[in-house]
Amino acid sequence: MTTLDSSKEIQKNNSEVNETHEDFRMFGLITFLIADGMTFAGFFAAYLTYKAVNPLPDGAIYELELPIPTLNTILLLVSSVTFHKAGKALLKDKNSDSQKWLFITAFLGIIFLICQLFEYFHLPFGLTDNLFASTFYALTGFHGLHVTLGTLMILIIAWQSRINGGRLTSQNMFPLEAVELYWHFVDGIWVILFIILYLL
Amino acid sequence: MTISIDPQKTNNESLQPKGWLRYFSFSLDHKVIGIQYLVCGFLFYLIGGTLASAIRIELASPMSDFMPRDVYNQVLTLHGTIMIFLWIVPVVNGAFGNYLIPFYVGARDMAFPRLNAVAFWLIPPSGLMLVASYFVEGAAQAGWTAYPPLSITTPQSGQIIWILSVLLLGGSSIFGGINFIATIIKLRRPGLKLMQLPMYCWAMLGTSLLVVLSTPVLAGTLILLSFDIIANTGFFNPVLGGNVVVYQHLFWFYSHPAVYIMVLPAFGLVSEILPVHARKPLFGYTTMVFSIMGIVVLGLVVWAHHMFTSGTPPWMRLFFTIATAFIAVPTGIKFFNWVATLWGGKISINSAILFSCGFIINFVFGGITGVALAQVPFDIHVHDTYFVVAHFHYIVYGGTVFIIFSSIYHWFPKVTGKMLNEKLGILHFIITFIGFNLCFAPQHWLGLNGMPRRVAEYDPQFQFVNQISSLGALLMAISTIPFLINVFLSLRNGKDAGDNPWNALTPEWLTSSPPPVENWEGEAPLVEEPYGYGKEISEQK
Repeated sequence: MTTLDSSKEIQKNNSEVNETHEDFRMFGLITFLIADGMTFAGFFAAYLTYKAVNPLPDGAIYELELPIPTLNTILLLVSSVTFHKAGKALLKDKNSDSQKWLFITAFLGIIFLICQLFEYFHLPFGLTDNLFASTFYALTGFHGLHVTLGTLMILIIAWQSRINGGRLTSQNMFPLEAVELYWHFVDGIWVILFIILYLL
Repeated sequence: MTISIDPQKTNNESLQPKGWLRYFSFSLDHKVIGIQYLVCGFLFYLIGGTLASAIRIELASPMSDFMPRDVYNQVLTLHGTIMIFLWIVPVVNGAFGNYLIPFYVGARDMAFPRLNAVAFWLIPPSGLMLVASYFVEGAAQAGWTAYPPLSITTPQSGQIIWILSVLLLGGSSIFGGINFIATIIKLRRPGLKLMQLPMYCWAMLGTSLLVVLSTPVLAGTLILLSFDIIANTGFFNPVLGGNVVVYQHLFWFYSHPAVYIMVLPAFGLVSEILPVHARKPLFGYTTMVFSIMGIVVLGLVVWAHHMFTSGTPPWMRLFFTIATAFIAVPTGIKFFNWVATLWGGKISINSAILFSCGFIINFVFGGITGVALAQVPFDIHVHDTYFVVAHFHYIVYGGTVFIIFSSIYHWFPKVTGKMLNEKLGILHFIITFIGFNLCFAPQHWLGLNGMPRRVAEYDPQFQFVNQISSLGALLMAISTIPFLINVFLSLRNGKDAGDNPWNALTPEWLTSSPPPVENWEGEAPLVEEPYGYGKEISEQK
C-alpha cells in the first residue's frame, strides 16, 4: 500500500509496489499542530490562573509598552500574506517569484525576532523578578522558538524552490504547504498571545 | 494528490539486517517495531518490578532498615515512573498498537513508518537515562507526580534527568498518537467502514486523541518546572510568589487522561480476546464504541478529583465529583458487554481467557474504589493513604497488566508461529492472580485505617497486614519465572501454531504465522464482520 520499508523484500512483478494512496502528510501535520497548540493552551491557562489568583508584590511592573508588540503583530500578519503569495506563485510555476516572496517572509520573521529581542533588552524586569515576568518570558520565549524554527524552515524551502535543481515545484507543493500551515499557526498563536498578554 | 512508490528507491534491502538483528535496527516494519516496544517494555517491567520488590521488602518491617529513607524515595519514584512511562504506556499502546492496527485497517504498515521508528528509539535512551540517574546525586525523589515544592527542594540533578526523560517519553507518545490517528482514519482499506473496525482500533483512536490533546500540556508543565529548578523562577514556588496548585491542575490535566491512555487500549484488547475464546460475537458493538468516545470526552474533564485536598473550591469539588461519577456509566456498559459476551458462550479455558477474566474481576474492584474515591468526603479521609495505592494498582496492574499477559498468550502464536505451553500459562495466571490480590487487597484496609503512602516507616500496628502484602509481592515476583520459562521453551520447541490456532476472524489471523513482511501475500482481505462467530449455526436454524 504505502511507504515501503527499505528492509522489506520486494518481490519482482509484485503489483503492490505500484499501489498508491492518498497523501495524508498534511493530516499528520494538523494533528501535530493540535498537540502543539495544547502546549500553548496549557501555558495560557497557567498565565490566566496566575493573573486571577496570585497578586503580584507591591511595586512590580505590570504595564507593557505596546508599540513594539503591535509592530510585531503587523509583521507576522503581513508575513502570512507574503507566504500565501509564495504558494500562489509556485502553483503557477513562477519559481523565482515564489523564492522572492519566501525570502521576504523569512526577512519579516527575522525582523520580528530582532524586535522581540529589542523588547527583551529594554524591559524593566528580568526572568526571575516576579511571577508575571517569568510567565511573560516563558510564553513569548516559547513562541519565539517557534518563529525561529519557522524562519529556518522558510529559508530551507526558499533554497529548495530555486530554479535549477530545486525540489520544490508545482508538482511537489507539500513542503511549502506544510511550512505555510505551520507559519499561519504560529501567527495565530501570536495573535492570541498578544491579546492575552498585552491587551488584557 | 497521491503518492506512488518508486521501486528503485526502496529496493536496498541488502543493507538491512535479517533475522533477530532486525530487532536492534532502525527498522520501519510495524511488526518489528511492535516487538521492539514489547520486549523493551518488558525489560523495564523487570527493573520496575525489582524496585517494587525492594519497596515491599522495606515495608515488611515498620522501621527503615532495608535502605535509607532517601533511597526509598528514589526507589518509589523510579518504580512509578518506569512502570507507567516505560512499561504500560509503551506496551499497551506502542507494542500491540503497532503490531495489530495495520492488520485491522487492512494496511501494509503504519501511516508514518519513519516517525514510528523514531518514536520507539526515543524510549531506550530516555529509560536508561532515568535508571542511570541513581548514580548522579541520586535519582528523583518527588514521586512520579513530581509535585512542587518537593520536586524543587530535593536534589536537582536527579529531578532534571527525570524531567528530560519524561519529556522524551512524552514526545515518543505524541508521535505514536499522531501515527495511530492517521493510520486508523486515513489508511483504512477501501471498502472498510469505521463501524466494521475491530474494537481495538476504536480504543486506540480514543487513546491517541487523549495522547495528542493532553500529553503536550504535561510537556509544557515540566518545562516550567525545570525553569523553577534550573533558572530559579517561581512558577510553582510559593516562596517566590508562585502557585503549587497550578502545577497540580496542569499535571493532572495530563495524568488523569493518562489513566485512560493506560486502560482504554486494554479495554480494546480484551474486546478482541473474549469473543474468540467464547466463540460469540462481541456483545453491543455500537454501545462499546460510544462508551469509548464517552470515556475520552469525560476523561478530559475530571482531573481535579485528584486534588480535593488541595484547597479546591466547593463548586469545583461538586463538578468534578459528578463528572467522575458519570465515567462509571460508559465503563459499566463495557463491563456488562464483556460479561454478556461470555454469557452462554462456548468458552475454552486457556491462559488468555483466564487472564482476561482476571482482568474483569480486578478491574471491577478498582472501578468501584474509583467511584468511592471520587466522593469528596470519602476522598478527604483516604487521600494519600494506601487506599489510593490499592485502587490504582487494581486499575493498572489488575487491569492493564493482566490484559498485557492475556494478549501475549493470545497473539504469541501469530507473532512466532509457536504455541505457548498452556500448563505453564495457567500456573502463571494462578500465581499472578493470588499474588496480586494478596498484595493489594489488604492495602485497602491499611489505607482506611490511616497508613500514609510513600513512607518507609509506619506505625507498628500495621506490620502484620504489610507482611501479608509483601508475601503477595513475593508471589508476583515468582510468577514471572514460569512466564519467562514458558516463552523461552516455546520459542525453542513449542508446538507449531499454524496460521489460525484459535479459529479467529479478525484480519491478523488471515495471514501466515509469523506474517510476511508486507502483511499479506496478495491483497488485504476485507473483513466486514470481525466478530461473526456462530453465524453459520444461527443461519442454519
